[in-house]
Amino acid sequence: MDIRQPQREQQRFSRRILLALGLIAVMTAILLGQFLKIQLLQHSNYATQSTRNAIALLPIPPARGLILDRHGQVLADNRVTFTLAITPNTAGDLSRTIAHLRSILPVSEVDLDAFQRDLGRTHPYQPVVIRRNLGAAELAAFAVHRHEFPGVELQARLKRYYPYGPLFAHVVGYVGHLTPAEIDEESANHYAGIDYIGKNGIEAEYEDILRGEPGNQNVEVDARGRPLRTLRDTPAEQGENLTVTLDLALQQAAARAMGTHSGAVVALDPANGEVLVAYSSPAFDPNAFVDGLSGNAWAALRDDPATPMTNRFLRGAYPPGSTIKPFVALVALQNGVITPDEKLPGGATYQIPGSTHKYYDWKPGGHGAENLGEAIRDSNDVYFYQVAMRLGITRLSAGLAPFGFGKLTGIDLPGEAAAVLPSPEWLQRRYHQPWYQGQTVIVGIGQGYLLTTPLQLARATAAVANGGNLVTPHLVRSSADIDNPADAAPQSIGLSAAAISEVQAAMRAVVTSGTAHNLAKDPNAIAAKTGTAQVRRARRNDAGRALTGDPTALQDHALFIAYAPADHPRIAVAVIVEHGGHGGSAAGPVARAVIDAYLQESTSPLPNPGATP
Amino acid sequence: MNWSRWLLRPWQRLDPAITTGILLLMAISLGVLYSSSQGNLGIVFQQSLRFGIAFIALLAVANTPPERLRAWAPFLYALGLFLLAVTLVAGHSYLGARRWLGIGPLSFQPSELMKLALPLFLAYYYAQQEHVQNWRAAITGFLVIGVPFLLIAKEPDLGTAGQIAAAGLFTMWLAGVRRRWFIGLIVIAAVSAPILWHFLHGYQKDRILTFLDPQRDPLGSGYHIIQSMIAVGSGGIFGKGWFNGTQVNLDFLPEAQTDFVFAGFAEEFGLVGVLFLIAVYLLIVLRGLAIAYESRDPFGRLIAGTLSLTFFLYVFINMGMTTGILPVVGVPLPLISYGGTAMLTFMIGLGILMSVHAHPRLHE
Repeated sequence: MDIRQPQREQQRFSRRILLALGLIAVMTAILLGQFLKIQLLQHSNYATQSTRNAIALLPIPPARGLILDRHGQVLADNRVTFTLAITPNTAGDLSRTIAHLRSILPVSEVDLDAFQRDLGRTHPYQPVVIRRNLGAAELAAFAVHRHEFPGVELQARLKRYYPYGPLFAHVVGYVGHLTPAEIDEESANHYAGIDYIGKNGIEAEYEDILRGEPGNQNVEVDARGRPLRTLRDTPAEQGENLTVTLDLALQQAAARAMGTHSGAVVALDPANGEVLVAYSSPAFDPNAFVDGLSGNAWAALRDDPATPMTNRFLRGAYPPGSTIKPFVALVALQNGVITPDEKLPGGATYQIPGSTHKYYDWKPGGHGAENLGEAIRDSNDVYFYQVAMRLGITRLSAGLAPFGFGKLTGIDLPGEAAAVLPSPEWLQRRYHQPWYQGQTVIVGIGQGYLLTTPLQLARATAAVANGGNLVTPHLVRSSADIDNPADAAPQSIGLSAAAISEVQAAMRAVVTSGTAHNLAKDPNAIAAKTGTAQVRRARRNDAGRALTGDPTALQDHALFIAYAPADHPRIAVAVIVEHGGHGGSAAGPVARAVIDAYLQESTSPLPNPGATP
Repeated sequence: MNWSRWLLRPWQRLDPAITTGILLLMAISLGVLYSSSQGNLGIVFQQSLRFGIAFIALLAVANTPPERLRAWAPFLYALGLFLLAVTLVAGHSYLGARRWLGIGPLSFQPSELMKLALPLFLAYYYAQQEHVQNWRAAITGFLVIGVPFLLIAKEPDLGTAGQIAAAGLFTMWLAGVRRRWFIGLIVIAAVSAPILWHFLHGYQKDRILTFLDPQRDPLGSGYHIIQSMIAVGSGGIFGKGWFNGTQVNLDFLPEAQTDFVFAGFAEEFGLVGVLFLIAVYLLIVLRGLAIAYESRDPFGRLIAGTLSLTFFLYVFINMGMTTGILPVVGVPLPLISYGGTAMLTFMIGLGILMSVHAHPRLHE
């Protein structure tokens, strides 16, 4: 039984070999099944994953569009700057590389902090900026030692440059580094590879047009993300150049005339509302903001008592003072509470019937009995106290509203202020107080609760100049690419032609024989109105801060509105000089400088506007 | 006997079918290496050299009569056990495992020796055994397998221990040990698996968990298998073409020249290439089984059958782990993966097959 049986063993062996064969068949089938599954059925899925592995999109940033004035002068330019960047995984020992770099060119602590911050956010194969804006000497120094710095590369980048520095700081605005908060997932594509975003002014308002669209490179990368070769290029769509209505020469004239005074100048084309000058003083250098300000520099700007960061022409709310009188006169004529020829009693003071409080005229002793034209010419306060009382605050407020007071003008700039056109309803809503007649009286001479921005004043002045049409101030004309709602046809205010010409004549008389006779000799026929706004109340409110120890701070604000030429107005101007004293002597020359520059310019040949690439 | 006859005679022992298979695999191996190394001729040359050396070893073994191999078997097995024990005590530690033994400037894994010594010894044992079907033959077999299994598992190298155990079990199965023993073993393994789980090392548990769900840790332990499946799957029917595999050439595929060489091949040559490769392997395996089937020598047919089945098992495990059927265990793709030791073992194994075929033993 237990004797060996080769025959039987042979058979059993053969049987088991055959069984093993069956096992091989089953296992092979399992393998084949898996190959069919992943190479045939799920092939497209795996092919997609493989492509996603190996293809990376590298963004190509567009060049930002330039901003040009109406004659093609470049207000915001792009300049090539050189930047040093370190790619960590090819540079090796970072601290040694940086130490060596610092031995040939300066690298500040601010630069180092930014480098460390960015280092944590990027992949080790992506270059991280260590120094920006290399000077010519630094470029040369690096070029000589270049071979000692593996993984350190020199990159050429476009950087925003504002050739006129502070001159257009508030209107053109500036760009700054893009922060993560400024882009969401949707807009992230539009900013691929872009460092800057418009933070303020035209740069912010027309960001979408100026920015352009980034292109991209389809690049094959290896498992460490190193680009190996370019597969496909989608070029960037460059940002569009933007021609604005501003006029460099006028802006320069305004700035020169303002000198070191704080204040604002706005000049409009009364026919269509194009903004020729928009200047706020003091200003700041926008170039400092492009690559970020140091903490100290920012604190200095922020805490400067002259508030250079405040946009006075757009957000400064000032009592208009006597510059409101032409508009009050128009409201009175429109409401029929007075005729042009009716003379109202003069005197040194005015008293509301039944009240003992005296409202003084600016002129000691006051004026005699005057009609409307004379009262505007001489800026007769007592006359306008009476007119305001005749109108009452409801009609006065309703009548001033069509000139755009107390409302946003709709200019194509971010951050505009509406200022205040007071009414009893407004006072109740705002301060829960009833309206007193005395408050009506002083609104008649542009004091009290009434506040206007220089832009609103210029707009209202343009409406008088163009015969009663309200324009919308704007900086950019609508075109095929740009739909600017502010570039709209002027709207009629609905004033009678007779009333308008009465006031126009009176404003011309202000210059020829009135409170602005210091401009009477100007060859251009200027029509104007002076104004002086008291700041004592403001001083009390701000006691201890801006005004301490500065005698000029106690002076009144000087205001001036004007247009010219008187018969065919082509420019309307509003000027405010803070603590300038009397409007005619302090603010008038500024307006005159702008008007002269403009009217002189248009009689001499000019470069063809719009001839830009 | 003139010199030319003396020079030619060793070549006559070569089996034409298996030799064809080896040459085809060699060509595929060099081609894949050339691509995955991005045209590094140095690597290709090194691999060719190893092929040359391994092929000389194959020639030598093919010309060694099975009787002599049989006579060496107990000695080889004892030497293997001894070296494994020495390795545990004095081996090189590499990545936390003692698998290598240094002898002068050379270092090698005694477990490689055991891959051949164990089946040789079991074949030797069962070939001379009178009563294969009794319990003593079974227990002896399990002991012969168990000792080296435990020594290797202790290194720890559970993958190799398992492969060696599988080879031993193949021999026992072909020798005719009763079926109930195998069934019993499977039952015991299944029952004790949850207990054994606690004895596994962290990375071993990791591999198994990752096998069950590669996305568990896609950049860590799951990375290999995910990238490997992407490589195989993206190959499609015709592949991306030689040198065009992005997974392998852009370094997304780890170990693209050793354990995961198959994924790179499948990416560049697609399903068509894979079918061809499987056909080549089946040619070798089936030819080996035929040699076993035809052999009238108990020792010869046992060792020939065992080595053929083991060869196939390696192919299955490697292809299985690169395509997500099996957990990742460090098993090379026979004769294609870059590396010398495993190739030498496979070639000697194939040499033994040829020897069995070339030295038919006349009936006793």
